Amino acid sequence: MQFSENWLRAFVNPPLDDAALGRLLTMAGLEVEEARPVAPPFTGVVVAQIVEAEKHPNADKLKLCKVDAGTGEHLQIVCGAPNAAIGMKVPCAKVGAKLPGDFAIQAAKLRGVESFGMLCSARELGLSDDHAGLLALPENAPIGADIRACLDLDDTCFEIKLTPNRADCLSLTGVAREVAALTGAPFTPAPLTLIPPATDARRAIALDAPKACPRYCGRVIGGVDARAQTPEWMKKRLERSGIRAIHALVDITNYVMLELGQPLHVFDNARLAGAIHVRLPHPGEELLLLNGQTVEPAPDTLLIADETRALALAGIMGGEESGVTLETTEIFLESAFFAPKAVAGRARAYGFASDASHRYERGVDFQLQRPAIERATQLILDICGGAPGPVEEARSDEDLPQRDEVRLRPARARQVLGIDLDNDAMQDLLERVHLKVRNLAVELWVTPPAFRFDIEIEEDLIEEIARLHGYDNIPAPAPQARLAMLPATESSRTDWDLRRRLAGRGFQEVLNFAFIEEAWERDFCGNDTPIRLANPIASQMSVMRSSLIPGLVANLAGNRKRQQNRVRIFELGRCFTRSEDPEDGESGSVSGFSQPLRLAALAAGPVLPEQWGETARPVDFYDLKGDLEALFAPRTLTFEPVAAPALHPGRAAAVFQDGRRIGVIGEIHPRWAQRYEPGNAPIVFEIELDAALAASRPENGEISRMPAVLRDLALIVPATVSAGRALNALREAAPEIVREIHLFDVYQGQGIEPEHKSLAFRIFMQDTQRTLEDAEVDEIISGLLHHVEHAVGGQLRT
Amino acid sequence: MDNLGQLVDEAQAAFAAAGDGAALEQAKARFLGKNGLVTEQLKALGKLAPDEKRERGAAVNRAKAAIEAALDAHRERLREAALDAQLAAERLDVSLPGRGAMPGGLHPVSRTLERIERLLHSIGFAVADGPEIETDWHNFTALNVPPNHPARSMQDTFFLEGRNDVLLRTHTSPVQIRAMLAHAERHSALDVMPDLRIIAPGRVYRVDSDATHSPMFHQVEGLWVGERVSFADLKGIVGDFLRKFFETEELQVRFRPSFFPFTEPSAEIDVAFMSGALEGHWLEVAGCGMVHPNVLRSGNIDPERYTGFAFGFGPDRLAMLRYGVNDLRLFFEGDLRFLSQFR
Repeated sequence: MQFSENWLRAFVNPPLDDAALGRLLTMAGLEVEEARPVAPPFTGVVVAQIVEAEKHPNADKLKLCKVDAGTGEHLQIVCGAPNAAIGMKVPCAKVGAKLPGDFAIQAAKLRGVESFGMLCSARELGLSDDHAGLLALPENAPIGADIRACLDLDDTCFEIKLTPNRADCLSLTGVAREVAALTGAPFTPAPLTLIPPATDARRAIALDAPKACPRYCGRVIGGVDARAQTPEWMKKRLERSGIRAIHALVDITNYVMLELGQPLHVFDNARLAGAIHVRLPHPGEELLLLNGQTVEPAPDTLLIADETRALALAGIMGGEESGVTLETTEIFLESAFFAPKAVAGRARAYGFASDASHRYERGVDFQLQRPAIERATQLILDICGGAPGPVEEARSDEDLPQRDEVRLRPARARQVLGIDLDNDAMQDLLERVHLKVRNLAVELWVTPPAFRFDIEIEEDLIEEIARLHGYDNIPAPAPQARLAMLPATESSRTDWDLRRRLAGRGFQEVLNFAFIEEAWERDFCGNDTPIRLANPIASQMSVMRSSLIPGLVANLAGNRKRQQNRVRIFELGRCFTRSEDPEDGESGSVSGFSQPLRLAALAAGPVLPEQWGETARPVDFYDLKGDLEALFAPRTLTFEPVAAPALHPGRAAAVFQDGRRIGVIGEIHPRWAQRYEPGNAPIVFEIELDAALAASRPENGEISRMPAVLRDLALIVPATVSAGRALNALREAAPEIVREIHLFDVYQGQGIEPEHKSLAFRIFMQDTQRTLEDAEVDEIISGLLHHVEHAVGGQLRT
Repeated sequence: MDNLGQLVDEAQAAFAAAGDGAALEQAKARFLGKNGLVTEQLKALGKLAPDEKRERGAAVNRAKAAIEAALDAHRERLREAALDAQLAAERLDVSLPGRGAMPGGLHPVSRTLERIERLLHSIGFAVADGPEIETDWHNFTALNVPPNHPARSMQDTFFLEGRNDVLLRTHTSPVQIRAMLAHAERHSALDVMPDLRIIAPGRVYRVDSDATHSPMFHQVEGLWVGERVSFADLKGIVGDFLRKFFETEELQVRFRPSFFPFTEPSAEIDVAFMSGALEGHWLEVAGCGMVHPNVLRSGNIDPERYTGFAFGFGPDRLAMLRYGVNDLRLFFEGDLRFLSQFR
């Protein structure tokens, strides 16, 4: 809602400057988004009339003017404007004037001729960008008058952002009423006179859908001059309120809408046939709108029709074929109340918005139709002339909105707001905004006026009290509550722990959009039926991701373009798949979708930043596997080869924890590495967050004081036997005194027969009670060897 | 007699002349060896008369002790010299960089969320979570935004193909509903339900994209429901939080009447800094209000008995203000040059 401050001050004029007025409105919930002066500061500019305009003796494009600026003598001024002409009234900056930008006007010689001032264009005064010529002033502008007063330039355009509950402030009257309530300054409403009919001309009105339109006022006015000029004062107010002046009849309806808040429509009465019907559409009916759009109204869109056709979308937009033109001489003026529910959302469904629908869907004062039609009639008669018929009103009383009394318990208001305000003070606040109050001591019963659509329950009244009392006047103490500790469990880590662990190992967190390109889903996830957005903002953000990996690969590619070659990144976020049985029970679920939180990391480029003390080597599978294991430590993971669309088939593993598959790790498939250009062989992992969060409370065990015995065991196994299998075979066969077995070398090549490899294990044995005998140790080792020979076909390397 | 003194002097001179261990041992042999000069003196004692022998013997032994002491001192000197030489040879260029890699870091928005969580956790707000593909009911209807309500036009929603009952949540407020339902259920047997205090950080989605709007961004919802929770409490907590978050007691905090369907009374929260580039400008950082009775009812909580407040912060905006970031899009571009500043 935009309006001119001076127009507002015609209704209410509190002793506040524009900045203070802006603060007042903002702090009352009418947020001032912008307060823009109509003109920048300047002084010394007056209305002048050009009395002579001759060519400059020394310049082709300049004129030598004599102007009457009301100073008693004619001023000689050199001027370059092409439109300077005798008789024209223009702004004249006299010597001593200050123009915008602190530009001082002095007497000067221009091409050898003296000039005493400057004639101004609109741009030179900062009024618009127009610099085609001098600003032409109205013929009746008084010579010598200050231009600021003459053009009413000491004004500010206020733009306020209204919340949907405050439709009552979508008019100057509404804002003025509010300002009066907040400041106590008197409110002068717009002049209202009942215009008696001068003719019998009338048009019948039928409310075919009375719930949607319970009141419709119409009036025929004949003999109007549609070509009449809209007066300057009205144009100015409209333009400063953000509405372009079009022609008098339309301007008047817009003016009344801004002034009172009642949208009006004018039909060309000659283009109507029979009675007006306010009805729902017939099947297949079409309507050409004023904006040139042809619509087939949806079944729930209310229409204004005559007996032959649809004329307008009720409360939304008029039709092209029934609207007024400059040829119109007889009009039918509409002032109606449409129920908010009958208008809400409709305009949006047709892809536009209108000032009328904006007001109707939020609520228009349902008692305003007659006053508004009288006000508009008055202005039409004043400006366009004509002879009005009687006001025809069709009304369905039972369908008009009711204003029920709402109970306010002052004690509850005090408790909810945390303030100490007595009942009488509350009553006073409510009455200031025209709410009727019955004060029954423990309860106030409050009736809202017809222009308020937001007062139905007690909370609505509590809000009014808070707002009018002033949010600033509500205290802000430290709250009091019972002290109870929140749990701090050791059976789970937090996602911050995980983030910090990964950061500690050199990974930087990234956040990617949850919607990605469809091709990524297909390539990295093998997903041909992704969850698609119905209204994506771009095709590369059109499907929900089922994996974090493609986003990380894209991050890598982007960073390589920016010459960042060593990239270690991770993301923690949700992935989305269709699912009959969502697992995400803890955080609530939505049927049909599984939305687990996952943690994924990517490493690419050199394993370490370039440095003097280490030989450069690209990061590989085992580096990232180490990072993943460290992330889970002390819990252990197992890994098994897996085929995954995103990953190199020979360098990918499924990750298991306690038998549950919790994710994958591997090298990005070379095909995607080529297509998406993240460079060679980035390594990624992606795991379920809940698995990574699980932790257990450590428990102390017995520490042996007996000496430990170490033995190394080198085995030759077929190359196809995984180290994990061999290790598992050894662990299975190991008696209790074997404390630990770990792999310390893998060798393939000279000295080992082809298709085989050597695996070297270190076996750590210890008893808690006694020192181990050599023979016993030998027996254990040979037992292990025997078992592993049998289990995986290994032999002792000799 | 004099020759003993001379002998000691000679020995000391010889030891001092020894440049290394071997030379010192040779010099030692010359004086203390089997045929050394001191040994000779001792052997010569046997030829002396008993009186003379005692006296001379004592003198020779004193000389021997002096020579041995000199030998030890010179051994120590050589050891020190050898160690010094070794240490000198082992000197490092300590200015060479340390080996290995530096840590990475958290995303600036994560950092911000962590601080928000930590601050509010310190007064008893627990973290709650909810799905991002959300039902229309949780996201709108339960929050007092019925279909066709003008407030739905305030937020442009992403919908999914083929399902008109779900959407990408436009705010974290649906977590309020889930948390209230769970809380009411958990305490249904009690006469008085304990206070519910949660925050719900997370990603939200709206159809919007420019330097200050991202189609995906973050919110932190806060909710406190209890028997006597008031708007004054809301002001107290939010003001305290903002001053702690920005680590300045001089922060100006302003509550301005506003409208949200899910709260009443509602407020927008503006802050103004007393110094720095943004000094004196009111900046909108959050929306808040008393939970609307219809919303409490959606959460199975009796609005006559309990009241509550809710607030919603934009962590992206808080991170921008705190770290001087002026383009929201930087947060979601994965540019390591930008992100690595926040280690």
